[in-house]
Amino acid sequence: MTKPFIAARAVNVFYGANQALFDIDLDIEANKVTALIGPSGCGKSTLLRSINRMNDLIAACRFDGSLQIGGQDVYAPAVDVVALRAQVGMVFQKPNPFPKSIYENVAYGLKIHRLATSKREMQDRVEWSLKSAGLWDEVADRLDEPGNSLSGGQQQRLCIARTIAVQPKVILMDEPCSALDPIATAVVEELIDSLRKDYTIVIVTHSMQQAARISQRTAFFHMGKLIEVGHTKDVFTNPQNEQTQNYITGRIG
Amino acid sequence: MINFSKHAGFNLSRRHRAEQRFQWAGRFAILISLAFLVIMLGSIFRDASGVMRQSQIAVAVDLGPEAIDAADIANISFGKILKSAMRARFPDVMKRKDKKRLYNLVSPEASFEIKRQLTNDPALFGRVQTLWLTASDDLDLYLRGKIDTSLPENQRQISDAQIAWIKDLKQAGQIRRVVNWNFLTNGDSREPEIAGILSALVGSLFSLAVCFSLSFPIGIGAAIFLEEFAPTNRITSLIEVNINNLAAVPSIVFGLLGLSIFLGYFGLPRSSPLVGGMVLALMTLPTIIIAARAALKSVPPSFKQAALALGATPVQAVFHHVLPAALPGMLTGAIVGMAQALGETAPLLMIGMVAFIVDVPQSILEPATALPVQIFLWADSPERAFTEKTAAAIIVLLVLLIAMNLSVILLRRKLEQRF
Repeated sequence: MTKPFIAARAVNVFYGANQALFDIDLDIEANKVTALIGPSGCGKSTLLRSINRMNDLIAACRFDGSLQIGGQDVYAPAVDVVALRAQVGMVFQKPNPFPKSIYENVAYGLKIHRLATSKREMQDRVEWSLKSAGLWDEVADRLDEPGNSLSGGQQQRLCIARTIAVQPKVILMDEPCSALDPIATAVVEELIDSLRKDYTIVIVTHSMQQAARISQRTAFFHMGKLIEVGHTKDVFTNPQNEQTQNYITGRIG
Repeated sequence: MINFSKHAGFNLSRRHRAEQRFQWAGRFAILISLAFLVIMLGSIFRDASGVMRQSQIAVAVDLGPEAIDAADIANISFGKILKSAMRARFPDVMKRKDKKRLYNLVSPEASFEIKRQLTNDPALFGRVQTLWLTASDDLDLYLRGKIDTSLPENQRQISDAQIAWIKDLKQAGQIRRVVNWNFLTNGDSREPEIAGILSALVGSLFSLAVCFSLSFPIGIGAAIFLEEFAPTNRITSLIEVNINNLAAVPSIVFGLLGLSIFLGYFGLPRSSPLVGGMVLALMTLPTIIIAARAALKSVPPSFKQAALALGATPVQAVFHHVLPAALPGMLTGAIVGMAQALGETAPLLMIGMVAFIVDVPQSILEPATALPVQIFLWADSPERAFTEKTAAAIIVLLVLLIAMNLSVILLRRKLEQRF
């Protein structure tokens, strides 16, 4: 097993008096797609949002334990969440392009982080991002049209392009295909697979088929506890835990 | 056999009747309110129509060298010249009382008009000139048939002798009616024939400008902070409750506050649009804050989340994405507040903007009055001709309101078009 890029140790997360995650120990390897699966309310999204500290936005949310990315403690007092989120990108469940043009959507992250020194460079990086997201051919001649004029699948790929434009180390995806039709889902899944070589990807999904198709490692959560984690193939074909077995065969969920 | 008609049962006929009843009640309500609107606008426009034109009398004024000294225009008694001109036109008038009635056919402003015309055109000096001078309000009312001549002479504004003179003048072509620009270009006056709306209009615009430039940035700023940044705790909710309560405080209370704080404590100039605008700003702030918060709340949180997840700071996320999306709603709230402020009278009375202002204010520090106060003042005046002025001033106020609303609608449309 390679050295883990993201390491969660004894992670407990509370929403007020409710505990959402119990003593999670999870290693996530670099340049692989790790799928977090489990029934609704099992805490998989909570863990995902703990990685880039989006949970900080919820006042009642409390994190306990240790979470390291590349050896750096994410919850250390010296950590600036802006720097963290610039390097840990996130794609949401519902495509949420900004109400701006396609170009502006991709350029926004570059602008706020001042990652492009000239207009030329900005254009190049926007083009590169859209190409990496497999969207360039579809939008090249209408970059100034509003982002939400695109179809749902295109919008989600635009959101992915927006995320990779700032070249993060990690991309977190929170059920990125749940609002898409099967054809758009297939395109996005292909894209996720192609992004794996450059980024570490953590994806929360409700679809076990999707987890089986795109991930190399799978972690199964139930009632806030990590039940089982391993190579995707092993988890799906030879689950060690009965609960996992029940879930992937559709008996609980 | 399936029956899909309205006789199929299911209590259908009763349900349809209830439907019809409600729809007709709705139509009736709309009809009633429309009828009242038409009646109100109709009566205002009917009353105001008299202001469109004003009467002028042609008077042959002796400007010859033996009557006046052209070099010393400041010391010429134009009143005297005017009176002698009127006497010359009707030489039969002898009695003192009758002479006074004769002079009353022209406006007291007429002597100043002679002076003004001479200053503008010195070539008029040297001989007898026929000048068009503003007639009195009573003459104007009589010409328009607004004075009931069937009443006994001592019960009406205009005497039999005056009527005879007017008829004489009219036959000689010495009376005409012209478009009344004075109404838009003059300040207030005790004489209805020359009273205008300009001083009140400028006062209102100055006050509104002060009000907007204070309440919009402060209100929007407060709303953004409360909605997007303030922690949710007791203090925040206390502030929230108080803002909601402030919106319901009667406006005269804000006037009292302005009187004691702005005038009494800070010693700002009384009756000035500056203080008026500040008081109106206090009054409109809660409205703007509440509307702006509602607008911010209606922006999908996904924009903000997306920006934060990209590494934008909270301020960047709000100012780059939430604020532009909320701006149209905020502007609507602001204009509702401004429209309230424009029509507000009570707080302005408290800080002295009810003064009789003839001169058009040149700055926000000079004494001024405002449109609704002007309407109130004119409606209170005994002269009949002021009724028309009141109606016309109401129209000016309405036009201003419509213009404000229209500009916001256009602005909204423009802002919303950008995606």
